[in-house]
Amino acid sequence: MRVEDWTEVGRMDELGRMDSPAHRLDARAKAVVTLAFIGFVASFPRHAISALTPFLLYPVVLIALGHIPVRPILKKILLAAPFVLVIGIFNPVMDRQPFATVGPFIVTGGWVSFVSIMFRFVLTVGAALALVACTGMYRLGAGMGQLGVPRVFVMQLLFLYRYLFVVADEGLKMMRGVELRSGGTRALRLGVYGSLIGHLLLRSMDRAERVYRAMVVRGFDGEIRILRQSSFRWTDWAFVCGCLSYFIVARIWNLANELGVLLTGITP
Amino acid sequence: MSHHIVEVRDLFFNYPDGTQALKGVSFRIEHGGAVALVGANGAGKSTLLLHLNGYLPAMRGVVRIGEVPLMRETVSMARRAVGMVFQDPDDQLFMPTVAEDVAFGPLNAGLKPDQVELMVATALERVGMAHVRARPPYRLSAGEKRAVAIATVLAMTPDILVMDEPSSNLDSRARRRLIELLRSFEHTRIIATHDLELVVEVCSRVIMLDRGTVVADGPAKEILSNEALMTAHGLECPHILRHLHPH
Repeated sequence: MRVEDWTEVGRMDELGRMDSPAHRLDARAKAVVTLAFIGFVASFPRHAISALTPFLLYPVVLIALGHIPVRPILKKILLAAPFVLVIGIFNPVMDRQPFATVGPFIVTGGWVSFVSIMFRFVLTVGAALALVACTGMYRLGAGMGQLGVPRVFVMQLLFLYRYLFVVADEGLKMMRGVELRSGGTRALRLGVYGSLIGHLLLRSMDRAERVYRAMVVRGFDGEIRILRQSSFRWTDWAFVCGCLSYFIVARIWNLANELGVLLTGITP
Repeated sequence: MSHHIVEVRDLFFNYPDGTQALKGVSFRIEHGGAVALVGANGAGKSTLLLHLNGYLPAMRGVVRIGEVPLMRETVSMARRAVGMVFQDPDDQLFMPTVAEDVAFGPLNAGLKPDQVELMVATALERVGMAHVRARPPYRLSAGEKRAVAIATVLAMTPDILVMDEPSSNLDSRARRRLIELLRSFEHTRIIATHDLELVVEVCSRVIMLDRGTVVADGPAKEILSNEALMTAHGLECPHILRHLHPH
């Protein structure tokens, strides 16, 4: 992935400014539903896979309702995937108990839980990204504040988000400098990477300080205020109630299995 | 009492690493004046500007905005009165859209949304950037960013405009537009810059700093054409004055 791809963090803001049924929903409604969604997905046993599949519907519907292009969402999921991969990859090594047989192959519990972890990751990160893309980060922060989330937490989140831009921007400038002077080679000495990371940190801190200074001199007092505060309407209530009901049903019954039985008549 | 007056008396400031950035700086700027702060790199210009809205507290000495001494209790008043445009607009523009960025200050001042909308529209109109209100700031050109950065400050209806290197990174056309804009303001203007040609066109007075002290304070053309003074403090006379006074 090229360095420029990192700067696509701004793309989420652009998506957040679109107008669609999903964008018109109140930020609080979407935040509550997405949090509940993440809670439900995390609550399944570690070997669950098929029972999780009905939950794919929520991010897919949100993305479709929001007219969000899938590509940037997938790119960001892929970007975060290595971190989860590192966590999950030890499962097949640690858990070698046979779990199922597929033809001549024995599938161990470790592999099943690994797939389950990766699937949950795609679901939860996909839903969170869809939420940001359908709301915009600042509106989401304001909505969280209205929900009673402590101000300090909301601020940390918004600053973290803002600093993603700062780090990406500084990183981009540095990598351009490296590319221009590296004589075409992409493999640099380990020491150079160490120096680059150190400089990136220092430059980002410096830049973050200047951004904060600019906020303070324009009256920033620890609270982000936005121009358009939305109001909670009946469509938001319908969205919350409908989604939560669906999550409860999908958590109690394995809808994928039930559908399979209904269509094929074969009981697992 | 005019809110447009800026007075600095015997101001001292040291950075935590021990660098003495300001050493007894004093001046008074009257209502509506356009004053340039000039000096070589490290002269203390930016440090001085950060004192004018209370971002940096005076270690010794006094800063008065409209005759009110700047202290913890009066900082919010000073920040409403003194609008500051930073050197790099990328540091100043941090909201998702231009309109939201311009609205940031007025919203923090507690204004109602319809008032804020009006101020945003007026400020963007003033700098000729009404057409970019829905765009993300990072997609703008350097000149547009600079104009929007000025709008973010104008929306707070300040009495005093403080600018740090306003013409840096601008092409000729954007720089010319900026000069015309700065000339059209009736605010008290304090401009720290290395662009001495801009100073000749915009400012009537120059305060020259060197290593944290005021080394000259007077009419712009008189100071900027004094070759001996300029050279002694690491500066060059602007070409426009050389043509006027070749010797």
